Amino acid sequence: MHIIDRRLNPKSKSLGNRQRFLRRAKADIKDAVQEALKKRKIADVEGSERVRVRAKTVKEPSFVFGRDEGQRDFVIPGIKQYLVGDVIPKPPSGAGGGGQKGSADGEGEDDFVFTLTKDEFLDMFFEDLALPNLVKTQLKNLKATTPARAGFRTDGPPAQLSYTRTMRNSLARRIALRRPKTEEMKALEAKIAEAEAKGDEETAAALRLELKRIETRRRAISYIDPIDLRYRRFEQIPKPTTQAVMFCLMDASASMTEALKDLAKRFFMLLYVFLSRHYEDVDIVFIRHTTTAHEVDEETFFRGSQTGGTVVSTALVEMLQIVQDRYSPEDWNIYAAQASDGHNFIDDMSQTLSLLDQEIIGLCQYFAYIEVDERDIDQERFQSPLWSGYRLLEERHKQFAMRRVTSPAEIYPVFHDLFAKSSSSERAGAKAAGS
Amino acid sequence: MANEATPKSDKPKRKPRKAPKAKPAAPALKSAQPLFETSDWSFDLLRSAYDAIEEIAIGELGLDVYPNQIEVITSEQMLDAYASIGMPLLYKHWSFGKRFARDETLYRKGAQSLAYELVINSDPCICYVMEENSITMQTLVMAHAAFGHNHFFKNNYLFKQWTRADAVLDYLDFAKRYVAKCEERHGLEAVERTLDCAHALMSNGVNRYAAPRRLSDARKRERALERLSYEEATYDDLWRTLPTSDAPAEADDEHARDTRLEAEDLGLPEENLLYFLEKNAPKLADWQRELLRIVRYLAQYFYPQRQTKVMNEGCATFVHYEIMNRLFEKGLIGEGAMLEFLHSHSSVVFQPGFDDRRFGGLNPYALGFAMMRDLQRICDEPTEEDGEWFRDIAGGGDAYGVLREAWADYRDESFIHQFLSPTVMRDFRLFRIADDAEDPEMEVSAIHDERGYRELRKTLARQYDVGSQDPRLEVVEANLSGNRRLVVNHAVRDGRLLDKTEAENTLQYLADLWGHRVKMLETDVEDGDVLVEHDALPRPR
Repeated sequence: MHIIDRRLNPKSKSLGNRQRFLRRAKADIKDAVQEALKKRKIADVEGSERVRVRAKTVKEPSFVFGRDEGQRDFVIPGIKQYLVGDVIPKPPSGAGGGGQKGSADGEGEDDFVFTLTKDEFLDMFFEDLALPNLVKTQLKNLKATTPARAGFRTDGPPAQLSYTRTMRNSLARRIALRRPKTEEMKALEAKIAEAEAKGDEETAAALRLELKRIETRRRAISYIDPIDLRYRRFEQIPKPTTQAVMFCLMDASASMTEALKDLAKRFFMLLYVFLSRHYEDVDIVFIRHTTTAHEVDEETFFRGSQTGGTVVSTALVEMLQIVQDRYSPEDWNIYAAQASDGHNFIDDMSQTLSLLDQEIIGLCQYFAYIEVDERDIDQERFQSPLWSGYRLLEERHKQFAMRRVTSPAEIYPVFHDLFAKSSSSERAGAKAAGS
Repeated sequence: MANEATPKSDKPKRKPRKAPKAKPAAPALKSAQPLFETSDWSFDLLRSAYDAIEEIAIGELGLDVYPNQIEVITSEQMLDAYASIGMPLLYKHWSFGKRFARDETLYRKGAQSLAYELVINSDPCICYVMEENSITMQTLVMAHAAFGHNHFFKNNYLFKQWTRADAVLDYLDFAKRYVAKCEERHGLEAVERTLDCAHALMSNGVNRYAAPRRLSDARKRERALERLSYEEATYDDLWRTLPTSDAPAEADDEHARDTRLEAEDLGLPEENLLYFLEKNAPKLADWQRELLRIVRYLAQYFYPQRQTKVMNEGCATFVHYEIMNRLFEKGLIGEGAMLEFLHSHSSVVFQPGFDDRRFGGLNPYALGFAMMRDLQRICDEPTEEDGEWFRDIAGGGDAYGVLREAWADYRDESFIHQFLSPTVMRDFRLFRIADDAEDPEMEVSAIHDERGYRELRKTLARQYDVGSQDPRLEVVEANLSGNRRLVVNHAVRDGRLLDKTEAENTLQYLADLWGHRVKMLETDVEDGDVLVEHDALPRPR
């Protein structure tokens, strides 16, 4: 009898099975994930999620009897007062239908509910999304390197010893130096024994001499010599990393109601999670503005409150200033996302547009504008000041995109639309269709 | 659950049906030092408990077991083991991931607790125990699994006939690597498609009745040669000059004969659908056939377990009950531990009545244990009734011998048919219901009285006959040279048709494997009427 402690064995033996299962139920899970975003509070965008998968998707059919077919007899326990011939009502189908032993493995038509971990949830969430036009690969910031096999070397750690190479060298050397083989030695010993048995001392002595010579030679030429050793060699190949910065611009003025702010924050939260998850080297700058603009940290940005009027250009000026100070456009991929309810002081519009048109959009790889609005109206007829102004920009710059969001449910599709991994031409097409 | 697992129930249960009565003649030598005082376990304690159990199991009960390998695992690993149908290693498939997700959700919610143990029919016999069990539970588990189940696996004729305990682990290892290699070479999806199909047909992947002797390939070739030489020897060119097409009826005859001959060549009718497809499906690649073979192997490995649920659990439960009581009598376990054991034992053998909210069919642990305890009673202290019913064994003593024989030579159906006594039927308050789908109500057709005993016993035995509880399907026609149509027949008894959607979905998988049109008939056994017809075309790849 053996007792084996398996508790420290690698965990999650069925991880592969789980991945296959998730792949299978992907479409359903994606729906569920989108649905989840609507209900979630901002604070727990990142978190695990219970997911419902349609029974049909993960069905495993087999040939089984129908539930209500034909006649059958069955024996069950617990009779109390019945006599033969008594008639009893049928239990409602499904509820312990007595003696239903044969029916499948107890799985009904119910949907299948389980929990996605946070990582799985976010993987599903951000699948197929990427930052567009991440082109300025900046080789100055060489943080990461990857080891790559690069031939062999004569010294190294034992773990990297290449047995095949070493043995090949050893064999070549032994052949070249004519190291006597073990078989030769054995044969000689046998001959000596034979000679001794015959009493032929003279031959035996000669043979013994020969044997001694062979043994000396074997000792001199070792089986494996330090010069045979070969170790696998690795080179650290620098991995080009790209530097990118994302500017999040949000209108925090009084006209932005709590609901609208919530919409905008949801969008940025999604953006934030997306970026921090997929791009280690992406800097994120939060700028919040009313009639003045400030760079704030993420906590203040998402949770702080502030009211006042609206001057969009202040935020743009702040952004320009930050770019100038910290993010040289030669070295950085610059992205910006702006969220607003579309209001701006009329006097400020010309400055806003010219700032964007002449300076900012030129600097950016991509500039996305999200207009949050609770009213579900025809946006062509009731255009906000910003929207109508930005329309002109959209026609002139292909890296400029604008979308409207009226409910939490739309956030994910819009987000997906903006950051879907696709060529810019497709995006332009989508834009044309959308506006 | 594939391999045997004891459910753990958290609900407080009533006292056990049979209180542990101290045997009058039991040598009450309480002088021995208890093996353990606290509830924590350690490897040393496990070992000494095991030795004490072994002494009783081998020395007193006369059990004969494979060498044991006890493996301590965590609850997560237990969930893993659940997911892969109790196998220590298994190939990857999404359905196991689904099972894991379901069990994990239930477990985290607290709706389902894990088994205390899991035992695998292999040589050496692998027995998983959970780290969170107390030492009392570990003792119980070792007695239950490492000796009860183990003895049953090693001695029952079905297991001997159908499984090879010494080869199963190697085969599973091969299967796992083979599937992984296929995934690498042919893609995840292609492998998944084939496995999906094979899994759907898994319960149709065994030969229910004694495996027909198949001609070996060599014999087949020989026969083909013989036929050829016969044709050559009897060839007469004159036949060629005879007009052949003047009677279409004759051509039809010929066609019918060809079909019959072909059917004969293929060994039809064939109830093992997986085997048939593996050997004859025209479009399958070699690796797909191998996948079918793997799934078929699993189906066959589990087939004896399905047929011996009551006996296997009954045997293990009986063994642990005897051993724990003997340990107590010997003073090797204390009263606290004994109470803990009885609490858990009584919830394992709890049988709610049919109108209880907790009712989920007959509990195989309860029925098996009760029947075996009853057999013991019949051997030792029979009543007059027992004398009439069990003339051969009543009062004969040597209960362990009788039980060992029963464990070796019976399966659930025959065991119940032979040994279900009126006492047990009364204790369980068994009765029989006749249910016709067309009637709005059901009728009580037999109860546990003089007239009903034999009826109940017969029906209950049939209830445990896997052969009559599963739909009986057969390949009846396969055209390999012409339109390549495959016909499968379901022999319908008592008007019990297949579930329509399930059948159609499964048939779709069958057609995908066959690669051509598949037709399924549901034919009444009595009068040969075709009641329902299903039809499926393979889906394009």
